[in-house]
Amino acid sequence: MPTEHKLRARIRTGIDGAATGLAVLSTLLVVAPLVAIFAYLLYKGASSLSWAFFTDIPKPVGEAGGGMANAIAGSGILLAIGSLIGVPVGIGGGIFLAEYGRGTKLANAVRFTADVLNGVPSIVMGIAVYSLIVVPQRHFSAFSGGVALGIMMIPTVCRTTEEMLLMVPHAVREAALALGVPNWRSVLAITVKTASPGIITGCMLAFARVAGETAPLIFTAFGNMGWSSNLNEPIAALPLQIYVYAISPYDEWHRLAWAGALVLIVLIVAAVSLVRYVTSRGVLKGAS
Amino acid sequence: MNANVPEIRISQAQLQPEAGPPDGQRPVEAVQVSPIRAFLLSRGNSAIADRGFHWLMVLCALSIFGIVVLIAIELVLRSKLAWSQFGFDFFIKAYVDPYTKLPMYWDPVNGHFSALPFVYGTLVSSFLALLLAVPLAIGVAVFLTEMCPQALRGPLAFMTELLAAIPSVIYGLWAVFVLVPLLREHVNPLLIRLLGWTGLFNDDNPTGLGFLSAGVILAIMILPIISSLTREVMTAVPHSQREAVLALGATRWEMIRMGVLRNARIGIVGAIMLGLGRALGETMAVTMVIGNNPQIVRSLLANGSSMAAVIANEFAEASGDLHLSALMEIGLALFVVTIIVNALARVLVWAVTRGAPAQVH
Repeated sequence: MPTEHKLRARIRTGIDGAATGLAVLSTLLVVAPLVAIFAYLLYKGASSLSWAFFTDIPKPVGEAGGGMANAIAGSGILLAIGSLIGVPVGIGGGIFLAEYGRGTKLANAVRFTADVLNGVPSIVMGIAVYSLIVVPQRHFSAFSGGVALGIMMIPTVCRTTEEMLLMVPHAVREAALALGVPNWRSVLAITVKTASPGIITGCMLAFARVAGETAPLIFTAFGNMGWSSNLNEPIAALPLQIYVYAISPYDEWHRLAWAGALVLIVLIVAAVSLVRYVTSRGVLKGAS
Repeated sequence: MNANVPEIRISQAQLQPEAGPPDGQRPVEAVQVSPIRAFLLSRGNSAIADRGFHWLMVLCALSIFGIVVLIAIELVLRSKLAWSQFGFDFFIKAYVDPYTKLPMYWDPVNGHFSALPFVYGTLVSSFLALLLAVPLAIGVAVFLTEMCPQALRGPLAFMTELLAAIPSVIYGLWAVFVLVPLLREHVNPLLIRLLGWTGLFNDDNPTGLGFLSAGVILAIMILPIISSLTREVMTAVPHSQREAVLALGATRWEMIRMGVLRNARIGIVGAIMLGLGRALGETMAVTMVIGNNPQIVRSLLANGSSMAAVIANEFAEASGDLHLSALMEIGLALFVVTIIVNALARVLVWAVTRGAPAQVH
C-alpha cells in the first residue's frame, strides 16, 4: 500500500536521523572530558608554575613554595635507564620480526605475545621487578625503577619498529645485497637507516607512554623528597610525586600536583603531536 | 658503505694445486686451512658476522617470551606461601569480625586474607565502565568512519588519540578534584532519588568516592581504546558490503547497521574485550577514587576496593610475609586474567583484520 510504504519510509528516515544525532552526541560527550581535563589543568596548573617549581626540591609540609625539580630530574634518569634497556632490545626484536623471521611461526608467536604483554597491568610489572631486583638487593633503587620502565617499553618499540621496517621497499634491500653488502650490514646501515625516522617516532611513542607510568615505580623507585644521583638509592619521579601530593591533605601540595600534572601533560602531548606530524609527513623520504 | 674496500672471495678453485708440471719436478704445496677459514670460504666472508647478528636479533625477540616467563615465575614463587595457606578459599571465603560480627575479608592483623571484595570491586567498576563506555565508543567510531566530514576527521581522531595518551595519574588527579565533587553534589542525589528503589544507590556515603566514580573515570579511560579499534575493524570491512546494502535501498544508518557493524561485530567484541582488559588492570585512577574499603557493598555509591588498588596501597608497607604473599597472589590472579582477556581479544580482532600488523595500542 502506498501510504504504508510512505509511512515506513518516513520512519526509516527518522531512525536514520536519530542515529546520526546519537553519533554526534556521543562524539561531543567524548570530546567534552578531554577539553575539561586540559582546561582545568591549564587553569589550575599555570598559576602554580614558576621558576621555583623547576629548580626547588619539595619543602617541608606547612611551608609555602617548593618545587618538583628532583622529580623532573628523577624521571629523566629513570627514563634514560629504561630507554637504554628497552630501545635496543625492542629494535632488535622488531628487526627480527621484519627481516629474519617474516612469515615464520616464531615471528607470529612473538608478535602475539608482544601485543598481549602490552595489555598486562603496569602494577603487575612493578611487583615482578620488585620481586626480581628489590628483594635480593634489600633496598629500593633507581636501577629497579629503570628496569621496570624498560621492560614496559620493549613490546611497544618492537611492534612499531616492525611496522616501520615493513614499509621499506624491497628494492632498497635488494640493491644493497646486489652490491655485495653483507646481510647484517644491509639490515643495519641500509634498511634500518631508511626507516629510522619512523623507528625514532616509535621509540618516542613508547617513551611518552612510559613517562606517565606511576604504578611500577611505587615499589621500585619508591620516591625521594630530595636530590638523588646514586642509582642504588630511591629516586623521585614526576608521576609518582603527583600521586603522593594528590592524595595528601595539604592544599599547598595539591597546587604543586596540578603544576606537575601540567608539565607532564605538556611533555606527553608534545611527544604525541611530534609523532603524528612525522608519520603523516611520510616515513621514507630518504628512500625516494 | 665504503666502496673502496673490496670484498675478496677466494674461491675453492684458487686453492687447488694447479695441474702443472708432473710430480717430482716441483713439490706441490697444499694450503693448510683452519676450520674458521673453511667455514668462511664455504659461506662467504661475512658469514660469522651474519650468523652472529641473526642470533642477536633472535635473542632480542625471544626476550619478550622471557619477560612473560620471568613475571610468571616471580609471581608464582612469591605467592606460594599464601596459596599453601589458603588454597582456593583465598578468592571465595568470608571471615567474621569477632567484635562487630560483620563479614571481614582482609585482616592483616590476624592473618586472615580473602580477595573476594577486591575481585568484586574490580568486576563492578570494570563492568560499569564498559556499560558507560561501549555505546559512546561505538557512537564515536561510527561517526568518525561513516558520518564525519573529511575536514573534521583528522582533528577528532587526534583528540581521541590524545585521550589515550593522558597518564592515569592525571586522570586520577582530575577525578579526585573535579569529577568526584561533581558526582557528589549533582549526580548522586539525583540517582538516589530516582533509582534508590533498586538498592543500588544508597545514601550512606557522602564523600562521592566509590564504585560509581571509579566506573565513570574508567569509562573515560577505556573509551579511546575501544573507539580506535572499532574504527580499525570498521574500515577493514570491504566497500562492496556497504555498496550492496545501499543498492538495495537502505538508509545510511541501515547501511551502517547491516553492512558494516554486522560484518565487524567479531572485531568489535574484541575491541570491547581489550577495553575490559585495560579496565581490569587500571591502577592509579581507580586507587584515588574508589575509597579503599575492603568490603562488599551492594550500593554503587559505596566505598570499595579493587585488586590493583589494594596492591598499590598496601604493597610498600606490607606487614609480614603472609601479607606480601597474599598481595602477590592477587597480582598473579590479575596477571592471568588480563593475559587471557587480552589474548582472546587479539585473536578476535585479528580474525577481522586478517593478520595485518595491528596498530599498537
